[in-house]
Amino acid sequence: MRRVGIVALNTFREAVRDRVLYNLVFFALVMIAASILVGQVSIGIEEMVIVTLGLSAISVIGLLIAVFIGVGLVSKEMDKRTLYALLAKPVHRWEFLLGKFGGLVLTLTVNTIAMAIGLFLALSLIKQSGEHVQGSVLVAVYFILLKLALVVALALLFSCFTTPLLSILYTAGLYIAGLFVMEMRTFQSDTMSLAMRSLLRWLSYLLPNFENFDVMAAAAHGRAIPTALIAQNTAYAALYCAVVLAAAAAIFTRRNLK
Amino acid sequence: MATAAIEIENLTKDYPFGFLHLKKRTSLEGLTMSVEDGEVFGFLGPNGAGKSTTIKLLVGLIFPTAGTARILGKSISDISMHADIGYLPEQPYFYDYLTAAELLDYFARFHDLSAQERKARVDRMLKKVGLETARKIQLRKYSKGMLQRVGLAQAILHDPKVVILDEPMSGLDPVGRREVRDIILELKQAGKTVLFSTHILSDAEMLCDRVGVIVGGKLRGVGAPDEIVGLKAEAMEILFEYAGAANGLGGLLSKVTQTGTRYRTQVAEADLYATVQQLCGVRAKILSVTQVKATLEEYFMHLVEGDRAQATAVEVSGK
Repeated sequence: MRRVGIVALNTFREAVRDRVLYNLVFFALVMIAASILVGQVSIGIEEMVIVTLGLSAISVIGLLIAVFIGVGLVSKEMDKRTLYALLAKPVHRWEFLLGKFGGLVLTLTVNTIAMAIGLFLALSLIKQSGEHVQGSVLVAVYFILLKLALVVALALLFSCFTTPLLSILYTAGLYIAGLFVMEMRTFQSDTMSLAMRSLLRWLSYLLPNFENFDVMAAAAHGRAIPTALIAQNTAYAALYCAVVLAAAAAIFTRRNLK
Repeated sequence: MATAAIEIENLTKDYPFGFLHLKKRTSLEGLTMSVEDGEVFGFLGPNGAGKSTTIKLLVGLIFPTAGTARILGKSISDISMHADIGYLPEQPYFYDYLTAAELLDYFARFHDLSAQERKARVDRMLKKVGLETARKIQLRKYSKGMLQRVGLAQAILHDPKVVILDEPMSGLDPVGRREVRDIILELKQAGKTVLFSTHILSDAEMLCDRVGVIVGGKLRGVGAPDEIVGLKAEAMEILFEYAGAANGLGGLLSKVTQTGTRYRTQVAEADLYATVQQLCGVRAKILSVTQVKATLEEYFMHLVEGDRAQATAVEVSGK
């Protein structure tokens, strides 16, 4: 695991030096503008608007970073041949992959935490938020982070065997499909054959369920989020990431480099 | 009897191609050879001959279709073997957001070295490859030659027993080439095994105990450089200065090329002494006498004459 950590820290350093964290400036501007505007256009729902806006921004910015940097984690190293010298060191390919994954997740964690601090600052500017709101927002931020880790794992998987453009399409496609898994599972139509219904049902279990990570509405309304859901989402994200990363490692370990 | 540091047995690499990957192109065919412990071995061949393929197979960047190889007695699939090898990729490229010192420190971390030892080694290596003053510059600002030096430094940073260099002289100016040659000789003196690929004959002649010539994915010969690629002198070239009237050169006049007061002529080896005497007789100042050899390219072409069709295939499939 020590070697995984070395690769992860270097991946984080790459993100920092490539100015990935500059997006925080954009986020800060959005939050400042929103805080000023919301106070003028909304009456009594400032907190809800700020929470929704802030969580959406955290999610979208995180997703953009996860997808666009995630798909290049391996393919960029292969194209530029920067991993040739590295793989000649005593490091397993799966350690390299896990390190790349860990490095980007670390970057996203730092990024998300910084944005969450920004969100809480914006909330404090509006009015004194209740503890229940702050707790829900924290859980919502945590769920966004779990979702981003899952997206990074998927992007990394595609990065191991296809081009960055196709990786973006596949990852984005899976993400969008993953937002509708519950609909797929419960969707019933008389015109649909039994086989098709069965296929849809199986697909709904296979696809990553991103719907479960969306608790934005609950956070905005200050509703408490059940502990069971936190445990369930944590376990689900960990298990799904493990399976996807194992698949990525299986592909990458057998891959001939150019 | 010397033990083999690198043993290669029937190593073959096919690359599938076509829509369904049903066709295959053989990049390396049944390579069997060994590199002895403490030996400097040159891998010679034209572009696309299979040199880099062999090296990539040895360091585990690609996987063989058939055959096996062992380095220091360990299979090339055994990752622990990598602790004892150093590798310089062809036309190396590294993380350009790092400085040379940071990159070397990063690679050193994979070799279980203490922070103090890492720093000492990084400093030593940067000095060895002449990059001390550029140690804090990001690699994105490095020239090709400087990157090659960094590549060499990372390859020998952990004091490996076997050093594998893919075209180590590529992209270097004459000074850089000489420095790399000196480093290879130092490694030899330190008892390291060095395998390097090149298509420059003089490098191989100067450094190698043995060379292997590979053409079209097949090994065409292994032995001492003189035995394998010892190209006979085709003629002797004499460079001289002559201030007198051109017709004073007599019979030589028809064979010389004049540039100012300097003349150049090629004569058969058997006629060398007679010609030199003749030139001394007319008070010409002899500047140099050198052997005219066939180029390595001509040698390679000679090798593939027998199976030109295959040579053509190699050219077509060349990267």
